[in-house]
Amino acid sequence: MPIDWQLATVTAVRDETPEVRSFTLGLPAWATHRPGQHVDLRLTAKDGYSVERSYSIASEPERVGEIDITVERIEGGEVSPFLHEVVVPGDRLEVRGPIGGYFVWEADLGGPLLLVAGGSGVVPLMAMVRHRARAGTGVAARLLLSSRGPDEIIYADELERLAGANDGFDVVHALTRRQPPGWTGYARRIDEQMLAEVLQPLGAGTRAYACGPTALVETVANGLVRLGLPPDRIRTERFGPTGT
Amino acid sequence: MEERMALMRDDPAVDLTVDGNAIGGLLAAVFGADVTSSHGQCASCHTVSIVGTMRAYTRGPGIILRCPACAEVVLRIVETPGGTLVDLRGAAYLRLPGPVAPIGG
Amino acid sequence: MGERFVTRGFVGRREPGAGAGGSADERRRRTPPGQYLTDDFPVLSAGPTPRTPLDRWSLTIEGLVSEPVTWSWAEFLALPARDWVVDISCVTKWTHLDMRWRGVGVDTLLESIDLDPKAAFAIAYCDGGYTTNLPLADVLNNQAFVAYEYDGKPLAPEHGGPARLVVPARYFWKSAKWIRGIRIQDRDEPGFWESLGYNNRGDQWLEERYSGD
Repeated sequence: MPIDWQLATVTAVRDETPEVRSFTLGLPAWATHRPGQHVDLRLTAKDGYSVERSYSIASEPERVGEIDITVERIEGGEVSPFLHEVVVPGDRLEVRGPIGGYFVWEADLGGPLLLVAGGSGVVPLMAMVRHRARAGTGVAARLLLSSRGPDEIIYADELERLAGANDGFDVVHALTRRQPPGWTGYARRIDEQMLAEVLQPLGAGTRAYACGPTALVETVANGLVRLGLPPDRIRTERFGPTGT
Repeated sequence: MEERMALMRDDPAVDLTVDGNAIGGLLAAVFGADVTSSHGQCASCHTVSIVGTMRAYTRGPGIILRCPACAEVVLRIVETPGGTLVDLRGAAYLRLPGPVAPIGG
Repeated sequence: MGERFVTRGFVGRREPGAGAGGSADERRRRTPPGQYLTDDFPVLSAGPTPRTPLDRWSLTIEGLVSEPVTWSWAEFLALPARDWVVDISCVTKWTHLDMRWRGVGVDTLLESIDLDPKAAFAIAYCDGGYTTNLPLADVLNNQAFVAYEYDGKPLAPEHGGPARLVVPARYFWKSAKWIRGIRIQDRDEPGFWESLGYNNRGDQWLEERYSGD
């Protein structure tokens, strides 16, 4: 039941970028999740003080018994520094979920698919990308990923590998602050012009999912509507104060 | 209504809000089911929206869910040691996921 | 609720604020029960930040008074004001010592009117629809003020600007942001949070957080 808390065990920890770390959680009461869903984490101190945070599930539902979450370390935050600095494999964390019926995509929903993310907003979309690859569907899918620089691209190697598989999935990067020498790609924040160019080959029947900071998500949603995408084909998830 | 939507968009504190989807776990604990893709009708403007798209204000003494169309309060939740209070007066209805067990069944 | 699982190594961010409040002993003495100290000024909100332009803003005292009075922004600023340095406690458990405000005492506002003998309660109402209620006795005698500056600067909109009520002896939800008026009544009227589980009075020294406390 998604309502109940269960005790997950951290089985693996992996650094994605200098500030972003993934945790594999073994779940005793694992249930198939839908790509895009999230879990709640609850941390409790000895005196009973507790905090909760929501984290999108990064892994595909085809991975049975465990999930990955990916956490960006926020300076001054209450939870993310704890997860980065204290938690090690073997630790146990209270988890509730999976939750969310709105921001989800499964292969049988079809496409074409436009996934747009800013920074750690890529996490729930990665579950969709990984699921798509495992499901073996040839649905056309494109990820537009905005990152500050090449060293801050989360899942960089895996995305390159998946895009190289030539099965209808590709990645477009926007590097907003730092670009590698010779970079010919987008070097600015996502705007309507960029969306138009990225959307163009996918066509009018596209389903879009956008996730990230509020400003980015609003720009994308408004932009896609102005480009003619029906509003009910656009799903958004805003990272408010979560992840701190 | 346009002005209130602009208000929500240009709010300096807008980054402190999340969607109903982000508080889905809490809502599931309150309603006994995942209501993030459920429909709710605003009692003020009568717009029907998906709960997951309502604007959630979570940093305060309680949780406030506002209508994405008119910004009025749809739902208020306060967790106290003695129990959880839910004020649904802002919602004309909330359609919970079915089916519900028949009476006597 | 049962046994709660304790997360190894987690303490949360609750260290006493440095600086304000004097010695550690004095800071402890000034921290109400169940609170932790902070130097932050967290932004807590129940809705979008109202943005009433100053040329449309007004503050009104009405209800059981001889005659309602309304001040425009310019008129409000012309009222006698003073600096207030007070400790603030929020029901979400943070306390910030020695917060510096500038504002007009509620006593000063009430000097402009005569109170009806039946007057017993002050209901603060605000842009955005927020309300809170206080016994008249809790806002008289230098216990409450309408602030328009915090820390030497105009009060920011996300903190209740242009003007908010401040009642330091009560949990901060009683310090109504974006205040536009006070209605004097003979009967009490629970406000936004008081009507949904929070204590009607909110005295942080008696830890009156929830109704029934």
